[in-house]
Parts: sequence; structure tokens; C-alpha cells
Amino acid sequence: MSSTAHAADHHADDHHHETFISKYVFSQDHKMIAKQFLVTGMFMATIGMLMSTLFRIQIAWPGEGFAIVNFFLGDKWAPEGIMDPNMYLALGTIHGTIMVFFLLTAGLSGTFANLLIPYQIGARDMASGFMNMLSYWLFALSSVIMIASLFVETGPASAGWTVYPPLSALPQAMPGSGLGMTLWLVSMTLFIASSMIGGLNYIVTIVNLRTKGMSMTRLPLSIWALLVTAILGLLSFPVLLSACLLLLFDRSFGTSFYLSDIFIAGEALDYNGGSPILFEHLFWFLGHPEVYIILLPALGLTSEIIATNSRKPIFGYKAMIGSILAIAFLSFIVWGHHMFLTGMDPFLGSVFTFTTLLIAIPSAVKVFNYLTTLYKANIQFTPAMMFSLGMVSTFISGGLTGIILADAALDITVHDTYFVVAHFHIVMGFSAVNAMFAGVYHWFPKMYGRMMNQKLGIIHFWATLVSGYGVFFPMHFLGLAGVPRRYYTNSEFPLFDTFIDMNVLMTVFAILAALAQFIFFFNFFYSMKRGPKAPQNPWRSNTLEWTTPVEHIHGNWPGDLPVVHRWPYDYSKPGKAEDFVPQIVPLEDGEVDGEH
Amino acid sequence: MGFLLGFAAFLLAVVLIVQIIRVFELTSKLSGTDQSKISYKDNRTRAYSWLAFMVWYFGLFIWVVIKWGPLILPEAASEHGATIDFLFDLNWAILVIPFIITHVVLVTFILQYYAKPGSKATYITHNNKLEMIWTIVPAVVLTVIIIYGLNTWNEYNGDIDEDAIHIELYAKQFDWTARYAGEDNQLGKANFNFINITNPLGLVTEETIKIRIQELTDQIAELEEELNHVPKDGLKESEKLAAIHHKESQLSKIHAFRRNNELSKNAAKDDKLVKVEFHIPVGRQVSFSMRSQDVIHSAFMPHFRAQMNCVPGMVTRMRFVPTITTAEMRKKTGNPEFDYLLLCNKICGAAHYNMQMNVIVDTPEDYAKWVAEQTTFHAKLMASLGLPETNNQLAQNIQ
Ligand code: HEM
Ligand SMILES: [Cu+2]
Ligand SMILES: [Cu+2]
Repeated sequence: MSSTAHAADHHADDHHHETFISKYVFSQDHKMIAKQFLVTGMFMATIGMLMSTLFRIQIAWPGEGFAIVNFFLGDKWAPEGIMDPNMYLALGTIHGTIMVFFLLTAGLSGTFANLLIPYQIGARDMASGFMNMLSYWLFALSSVIMIASLFVETGPASAGWTVYPPLSALPQAMPGSGLGMTLWLVSMTLFIASSMIGGLNYIVTIVNLRTKGMSMTRLPLSIWALLVTAILGLLSFPVLLSACLLLLFDRSFGTSFYLSDIFIAGEALDYNGGSPILFEHLFWFLGHPEVYIILLPALGLTSEIIATNSRKPIFGYKAMIGSILAIAFLSFIVWGHHMFLTGMDPFLGSVFTFTTLLIAIPSAVKVFNYLTTLYKANIQFTPAMMFSLGMVSTFISGGLTGIILADAALDITVHDTYFVVAHFHIVMGFSAVNAMFAGVYHWFPKMYGRMMNQKLGIIHFWATLVSGYGVFFPMHFLGLAGVPRRYYTNSEFPLFDTFIDMNVLMTVFAILAALAQFIFFFNFFYSMKRGPKAPQNPWRSNTLEWTTPVEHIHGNWPGDLPVVHRWPYDYSKPGKAEDFVPQIVPLEDGEVDGEH
Repeated sequence: MGFLLGFAAFLLAVVLIVQIIRVFELTSKLSGTDQSKISYKDNRTRAYSWLAFMVWYFGLFIWVVIKWGPLILPEAASEHGATIDFLFDLNWAILVIPFIITHVVLVTFILQYYAKPGSKATYITHNNKLEMIWTIVPAVVLTVIIIYGLNTWNEYNGDIDEDAIHIELYAKQFDWTARYAGEDNQLGKANFNFINITNPLGLVTEETIKIRIQELTDQIAELEEELNHVPKDGLKESEKLAAIHHKESQLSKIHAFRRNNELSKNAAKDDKLVKVEFHIPVGRQVSFSMRSQDVIHSAFMPHFRAQMNCVPGMVTRMRFVPTITTAEMRKKTGNPEFDYLLLCNKICGAAHYNMQMNVIVDTPEDYAKWVAEQTTFHAKLMASLGLPETNNQLAQNIQ
């Protein structure tokens, strides 16, 4: 409120006084907040990645001691370098939580919604700079608490990132369900508050602050995706919040929302009438939309990048918007596919199978539209473009196995096995990570006013794509052999132990994948300080952010806000001198705008 | 060995990165610094690198199928399992086509349309006919998948046969107990308030009711005694009061059981409990019901394509008809050590990775013999109390 008014009647060239604190720490400027989200997300992701290498080492060489495992986990959790089973579960849990929420929800949406929404719709800033700042700081605080939970005596939360009770509710069930779990819940509560404050702000900004001429059908797909993502978050995160609060009550105040008939540690507990299944319903009512909260921004960013670097309009703009909306709607009525085997009514299972398979249709449409965009294009292989094409590949590879999992009958055999781990890493983790990298390479010049190095970007891309598939492609076969996930070791089963060489292979690739990210870190931080200065519109793109000056200024545009005259995809339009026509260029006489 | 391998990979990667960074430093000095443009040569190389990628990716696919394909689950050992396997094959046959086509198209377009000196893109925005086709084709294919899928799902959830064998799988951290219904082919009632050392599944019989009433009454008396004698100590006192309260409520629930379940009270007497391995006969439906003592577990029998969660506070069910005996499967797989497995497939704590039971599929004759050899719950209970099996004293002693 105040800050909109403040930004609007402010002329960008009047530099008011800013202290270090108000500029870099408690900033209310969307560009700075975007960078804060990005760097915090990267920091959390590094921890999550390190955790995955540690637990991968355990699966590949069970029972062998490793100095490096001992170095990170200490004598308590890894005596003689052999990981404790509880610690294995804890690492998996925090790894999953960090990757899903801290990297790919806050890190991805937080960064790009903040960066792109005001820029691409032609606004001076977010509707509320203060709420925006609040959103970041709640996220930062929740990150700190999540990290702090790693150091508590009984270990961090260990019941899996889905924290199903009673396992997560009872400290007697596993040490991680003590203080560690309480901190997990507190951290997630703050996280949800952050997401909701952020999301509300994104929606209001997009709906109210579009510049003159920026009709909904002239919005870049990135903004469409971020808008729908924010709506999804706003509708589903409150449900997770209530699930977490009820769990907190069960844990701390003796209520029985999720607990009943439990005998543990030699004692019958005094809980009556609750149901763990209730938690699962509440959790997945968020949990499934959550995967699209991760995926839609990824699809939005890559749509922009692919169009720009194909020098061609995105194929089927309206169909792309339609698919985003269809996916968003369907994502609310499929959550039961995570619960086929909880004893739910088989008829309900059938309904969820049906709705889930429906999602494959808009998803397929998206893929076909990406491919057709490349047809008769003039492709520039920037690192951002490479990562976007990588995302097309992973989205296909992972999406197809989703059709298997959606089928309740097939899920009987592969539910909770490594098949699922392979599926969701490829379709959600890998795709979104690809898109996030694409976004960083593409918009780095906008964020830091300098260019990243392309060659390193390409090396980083191939190292990531190849080692990523190296980890997750063979993993499907573990699942088809019936190997369950969240097993500390497979060597207790002679039947599964035959896969030990595959486990070694996957771990080697996982280590390579992790190391490849250091190429990125180097490129990122080196370019931030020493990269060549960026031109105003390095990728010759149509969208509004590239009409702002390279140096960040308060209010984004010096002088008046830009006026929009056309859709964002006039690349290689016949009869134009250049192969791009920015949105601010007026239509010529008789020129038709948009898809027609 | 493993350590060396890991270490070697690590070293290799470090060397790689150092080299890359050196190359980077050199090239960025040499090659000017306009990072927004791509030379034609670089663009071409990057386009062709996608071809190399596709070859590698498809190669990986084939290699993995050849190397690890044979290790996936053998042919299904249950009636509905065969249908599931067929559905799997159908799905794979359908899915591999778009997988290959889309990747080939992706790489073909990349090779065809990478920017060359003087090349231009064609302005194409959409094509309603084409978009219609690729919406309808997936829709039709999915309809086929859905119909087959739901039929299979309904088969898995079919009715319980009249002559089905009833077995309960009871999960707790971290092992399984299988309970057979005994001669009456009826699983007796159970409740967690009855669990104690002699009755790990909390079965309800005349005797266990008495035992628990006695036990709880004694414990309450002991706690009250302590309360009266130990000097006042706020915290401990309130803890003890809470414990008494809790035990009294348990007691009242047990009394309620005694009043309400007269008829089924003794169905548990002839139930048979086994651990480590359990037997089922080939060709006859086995109807499982699942319970859990503490947290959620999942009863997963991959070879029978059967799985169902075990949830504290509720009873879940599944059923299947085994079609291949263990002995036959050993021959088929060429592995004399082969055993069907029941394993836990829902994270349940530290030893989740080792919560297993062997399943033996017998011929009907062998099965009958094996079942006859198992002792009933009642016999075990009396033996553990040091009483003869027909003793009525217990029942009379306690009201
Ligand atoms: C270096 C890259 C990565 C490796 C090697 C890796 C490896 C793994 C493995 C092996 C598991 C299964 C643990 C188990 O079930 O026993 C796992 C779990 C998981 N991973 Fe990753 N992962 C990586 C990156 C990611 C990313 C980018 C995401 C983002 C979506 C992600 C999300 C998850 C989630 C949600 C789980 C489930 C955690 C749970 O079981 O509670 N991972 N990861
Ligand atoms: Cu889902
Ligand atoms: Cu278990």
C-alpha cells in the first residue's frame, strides 16, 4: 500500500538516502528481495545436495566407514564413519524438505516471481514492498530454524519429508520425532506464512499493477505461470498449515487428531479415535498442488527462454495458458493417488486414477508446443536455452513414468519403491532444477548487470544433465525389482543386494553431479564481481524487463512507465527489420497483434 | 574397494574442475568478453552435442535394460498379478513410443534449425488443427490405459471367497506376526489394551480379559500405595495420578469389551501365531487383514503384486490367489535359495530396512500338514503361565 504510492510518485532518478541495512538487508525492493531469495535458496540447496551425497555413499557401500561421513556427521551419528540408521532417515527427510520447499518453492518462485512480476508487467515494484520483505525474512528465519534442527541432541526430523504420524508424532517411535520434529513444524509454519504473504502479494500485483496496454492476453507465459502458482499456493498451503498445527497439538497437548490405538515402548497410549489417514489427506491436499507449485514456474520460465532463443513465437500461446489453467484445476482433485494403498475405498481409488491420468493431456500439449516452437526456428544455444531444452527432455522422461504411477493397479507394485524416487526426481526435481538454472543464466544480466560465462555454463549443463540421468535413470529398475525407498541398506535382502553395482554407479554419478555444481557456483560468484558488463538487452528479447536500465534504480523505469502495444512473442515477424519487436513498440497501421 | 572407487571418482572430479577453471581463465582472456553472442561454430557444436546426448541417452536405456532388466521381479505369482503384469507390458509398449519420438523430434529440430549465418525463423503462432490432433490422440490412448487399468484395479479389490483362508498380518517396530484363523476360520477380536508380554497381539479371550484385569488392578493398587507413602513431590505425584487415571480408563475399556463381545470372545483361542515365515497354499484365495501396533507400516509382497498399508487404529485388507509354489518358483528363477518376501514398505523407524518375513507357497497337502503342526494361541498362553491347557482355574479366580 504505502510503498506502491511511494514508488509511483517517486521519480526513479531521485536517489533518496539508503543505508546499507535498508538497501541490502531489510530491503523492500523487489530486485534485491529476488536476489536474497536466490542466494538463500542456493545455500540451502548446497546443504541438501551434500546430504544426498552422504546418504548415497551409505547405500552404495553399506557398513563401510568413510572419513568424510564421519567428518560431517561426527562420532555420535557416524562412529568410525559408518552412518547411524536414524541419521540416514534424517538426512533423507531434511534433504527432501529442503529441495522441495526451500529450493524449488521459495528459491524458484521467490526469486523469479519477485524479479519478473514487476519487471514484466511494467510496475514500479510489488504491491506491498513491506509484505514482500516480510515474506523473505520469514523464509530466512524458517531456513535458520531448519538448519538449527540439524544440531539438536536427538537429531533432526526423520520421518520422511511427508512426516506421517504416528511416526512423526511420537518421540518413542524414533529419536528424530523429539525436538527435531518440533523445530521442523515450527520452521514449516513460518515457511507457509512466508509463501502465503508472498503469494498474496504476487496475485495482487499482477491483477492490479499491470501497465497501460498490458492486457491478460499480452502477459508473458512466465507471469501467467507465476500467477497461477501463487493462486495454487494460496489455496493449498493453509491446508498444510492446519495439518502441521494439528500435529503440533497431538505432539504437545495430548489431542488425538491423528492417533488412536497405539502401543509403543511397552505402553498403551492414551489416544483415542484419531486417524493417521486424516493427516495424509490434509498433507497431500497441499502435497500434490505443491508439485505444480514447483513445476508451473519452471514451465513458465522455459517458455520465455525457448521463445526468445528460438527467435520465434511460443507455439500455441492460448493453448499454453489453457494447459496451465487445466493443470492447476486438476491438481486439486488428484491428491488421492498418493494414498491408493491406505485402505481407501477402491472406487475412490478409481476416481483418483481417472483424474490423475487426465493431467497427462495438458502436460502432453505443453510438450508438443515446446517441440513445435523449435520447428523452423533459428535457435541460439545460450546456456539458458540448453537448460530449457534439458527441461523438455526431463519433463518428457519423468512425465511418462507418471502414467504408470497414476494407475492404481500398477501402483500396487511400485508404490513407495525407488521407481517413485526416480519418477519424481526426474519430472519434478530435475525439471525444475533445469528451469531454475535456465532462469539464472538468462536473467543474471538483469539481476547483477554482468554476464555469466557461456562456456562454463555449457559445461555445467552437460555435466548436470548426464550425471542427473546417470543417477535417476537406472533407478527405475530398482523400483521394478521391488526395492523400497527409505531403506538404510539393501543388503539385508539377498534379492536386492544383487543391485549393489547399480547403487555404486548411481552414487558415483551423484558425486559428479554435486561437484558439477561448483562450476556453477564459481561462474555465478565470479561473474557477479568480474563478469563483463551486460548490455541492456543481451538476448534481444521482447519483454519489458529488458527496457529498464542495466543499473538497478528505484521504481525500475526512469521517467514514465512503459506502455505496451503488443504480445510478447513477436519474434521474426515478417516485414520487420529486426527479428524481435519489443512489447513497447506500437503496432503499425493494419498490423495484427497476438496469435493471429 | 568401494572406498577406493569413491575416492578415485572424487579425485577425478576435483582434477576435472581445476582444469575447467584454468581453461576458463585462459579463454576468457583470449576470446573477448561478449557473453551475449554465440559464434556460428560454437552454436553448431552445441547443436550437435544434442545428437551425442541422444545417442548416449538411448544407449544408457538399452544398456540398463540389458544389464539390470533380468533382475527385476520375476513373473507374478498370483492370479491378479498376471493381469497387472500384462497391464505393465501394455503401458511400456505404449509409453516407449512417445519417449523415443519426442526425443528424436527434439534433436532433429535442434540439428535442423540451429542458427546459421543468414538463417531466419518462420513466424508461426499456432495451428488449431494440429493442436486438436495432439490433444485428442493422447486422450484416446489414455482412455485405453484407464479402462484396462480400472478393470485390473477392480480385480485386485474383488470379493472374498467363501473358502478363503484368513490371515492377519500384524506389524510393529520392527517385525511381523502372521495370525491364522484356526479351526473356526474366524480371526478372534483383538484390542491394543490387551497387549502384554504373554499376549503381544492383544487378542481377546476369556483368559486374557482376566489376566489384564488382574494386571491393571495390581498396578493401580501399587501406584496408589506409592502415592500414600512416598513424601509429597509435585511432579512425580501428578505423573502418578495421570498413570492411575490412564490405567483406570484402560480397565473400563476392558470391562466394556467383556460386556459387549460375549459371542466372539473366544474366537481368538484357536488362532495360530507365527513369526519369521508363514505358509500359504497354492490355488486358494488368501484374505489378509492388516493391523499395526505403533506406526504406519506397509505389507508389501512384491512377487504377488500385493501391497496394503497397516495403519494403527484401523484394519485394512487385501487378498490374492497364489499360483506358483515356492518350489516351482525356485526352478523358474534358477535360484535354489529363492523365497517370496513380505517386507515393510512404509518408513517406520530405524530398522525399517530390515522388517521382513518369508512367505512359503505350499501345495495344499503340505500346507495342511504345516498348519496342523502350529500351536494355538491358547495353548501357548497357558504354557507361558505354566498351567495345563484345559485349566479353568484362571477363568474362575478372577472376576
Ligand atoms: C544431487 C542430486 C540428488 C540426489 C543424488 C538425490 C538422491 C535422493 C535419493 C537417493 C533419495 C531417496 C532416499 C530414500 O528414499 O531412501 C532422495 C529423496 C528425495 N529427494 Fe533427492 N536427490 C537429489 C536431488 C533432489 C532434488 C533436486 C529434489 C527436488 C525435488 C529432491 C527431492 C527429494 C525428495 C522430496 C525426496 C524424498 C525424501 C523422503 O524420502 O522423505 N532431490 N533423493
Ligand atoms: Cu501427486
Ligand atoms: Cu515397518
